[in-house]
Amino acid sequence: MSQLMTALGDGAVVAKRNVIKIKRVPEILVFVLLSPIMFVLLFAFVFGGAIDVATGAPPEVYREFLIAGILAQTVIFGATFTGAGLADDMQKGIIDRFRSLPMARSAVLVGRTSSDVIYNGISVAIMALTGLLVGWAIRTSFLEAALGFGLLLLFAYAFSWVMAYVGLLVPSVEVINNASFMVIFPITFVSNAFVPLETLPAPLQTFAEWNPVSSLTQAVRELFGNIPPGAPEPTAWPLQNPIVYTLIWIIIIMVIFVPISIRQYRRAARR
Amino acid sequence: MTNMIEASGLVKRYKEVTALAGLDLVVPEGVVLGLLGPNGAGKTTAVSILSTLLEPDEGQAMVAGADVRKDPKAVRRLIGLSGQYAAVDEHLTGFENLDMIGRLYHLGKTKSRERARELLEVFDLTEAGDRPVKTYSGGMRRRLDLAGALVAKPPVLFLDEPSSGLDPRSRVDLWDTIRDLVKEGATLLLTTQYLEEADQLADDIVVIDHGHEIAHGTADELKTQVGGERIEVTVADVMHVTPAEEVLAAFAVGDIRIDHHSRGLTAPIAGGAPVLTQALRELDARGIVVQDVGLRRPTLDDVFLSLTGHVAEEEVESNGGRSKKPKEEELEEVSR
Ligand SMILES: Nc1ncnc2c1ncn2[C@@H]1O[C@H](COP(=O)(O)OP(=O)(O)OP(=O)(O)O)[C@@H](O)[C@H]1O
Ligand SMILES: [Mg+2]
Repeated sequence: MSQLMTALGDGAVVAKRNVIKIKRVPEILVFVLLSPIMFVLLFAFVFGGAIDVATGAPPEVYREFLIAGILAQTVIFGATFTGAGLADDMQKGIIDRFRSLPMARSAVLVGRTSSDVIYNGISVAIMALTGLLVGWAIRTSFLEAALGFGLLLLFAYAFSWVMAYVGLLVPSVEVINNASFMVIFPITFVSNAFVPLETLPAPLQTFAEWNPVSSLTQAVRELFGNIPPGAPEPTAWPLQNPIVYTLIWIIIIMVIFVPISIRQYRRAARR
Repeated sequence: MTNMIEASGLVKRYKEVTALAGLDLVVPEGVVLGLLGPNGAGKTTAVSILSTLLEPDEGQAMVAGADVRKDPKAVRRLIGLSGQYAAVDEHLTGFENLDMIGRLYHLGKTKSRERARELLEVFDLTEAGDRPVKTYSGGMRRRLDLAGALVAKPPVLFLDEPSSGLDPRSRVDLWDTIRDLVKEGATLLLTTQYLEEADQLADDIVVIDHGHEIAHGTADELKTQVGGERIEVTVADVMHVTPAEEVLAAFAVGDIRIDHHSRGLTAPIAGGAPVLTQALRELDARGIVVQDVGLRRPTLDDVFLSLTGHVAEEEVESNGGRSKKPKEEELEEVSR
């Protein structure tokens, strides 16, 4: 067996273990799902009337605009799970057990990030259904829509490596949850996920234009055909080429965080 | 005979403490080494270094012919580890836990499953095998964790306090299992607080404190080193423990140790059988019913206490009484 095959095999074994946990503790899923649903409803009906996505547009237009943003936010929140799961395994000593086994060093992380794609997949699906109920629609082809969902999950996967690193660095579930909020709130709110960029003050607008959450949202919006009619054309390059720009981010994140997370895993017990 | 574990000059420092201060260990193939020491002596640290979980600041270690620093992966293929605290997955069943470990040792699907069932049987977990570990008692988790260390039948085993949390029956079963493993040629490094366990299992004993060796030898050698005979008395009624202590105090040449649960008293004496007879007469005169009595050579407990005496003394002082120490130990045992 080649080394890569062994690594993938080991990763699959760990992923299977995590999936079993999803089955045995379905309560976790409930909370994973409730918060995005809550967000859809809050934004759609509380802010929906106050936020103008295009001059004179009715609130339904905002709801359609909103879903892509909430999907992006959901997958980013989903990454917190990766960090919390690893921190939990550290606390319970399971990582020590793994580290004493002749398994691939990458396996625990590959397994964890892969199984978390399932969480993300489920929450994206539930979100989409909630969206359909409040009037969201996909106005493009099946292929484009699939591409949109694919991009969301790919970004989710990359971002879960960031949280994996954080999870190994701060091996306490409580700290992880708080730390993630500090990162996730700014990057999801200073973006075009919930409001049109034009409404932001200048320095924030520049940040938002280059924020990968914005490009992800923009890409998904385009792929679903949810750009409000009459919305101004984006002027920044990342938003003119949102798919490419998002893919570049995905690659950058993976190139940086895969190796440093694995390195952190190796020395994980040296707390 | 080749050495399966060979460590020299292991040093591990943390910010405030030096956990290991130059420890040497040699364990030849097929030998059981008991690593003894009081809490915080550095036992777990030594096990962690030898099982590649921790890198030493200084020193070398070879396990099964591989260097723990340079080739940790080769080491991991040849070792089984059961840490001080059971590291089993709560949400998986016992079977799934062991099966997963087998897969990660690359035993293959069929072999892993077979081995998992086999070990559940050995550790008396067959019935609970398909329940999530969440529903297991502490001792069951402990046994599952131990089973995990044996999945790949590794030639070198590290067991960090394997019998903590086990009931006497499970403990004796575990000893049998360990003896079988050793018969098959396994090399074992075992840390323990139960000195009887070291006495039963270990061919060779290293006592450490503050991160370095303070004594080394077989159980017999260590006992001889401590020397001295002792009277051991078990009284029938717990109310008689204190009066018995008063009686024995007159004959004792050192601290009397008391185990309230078993109503046992141990007094070091000089003078042999005549002293014992005299003490018995005195006990009888005071109406103390004696259930069991004997003149005994030191046990490893005595060795332990005399070697790590400074710890005992500190505790005795802070407790303001000479008979408190054994009680303290007992409480610890229970809470662990
Ligand atoms: N991660 C750590 N950070 C700081 N100090 C540590 C760490 N791990 C261990 N120590 C210290 O190193 C010393 C040795 O610890 P170790 O766990 O090896 O003891 P032990 O002999 O296994 O004790 P016990 O019988 O209680 O299990 C202790 O003083 C402990 O406080
Ligand atoms: Mg320990």
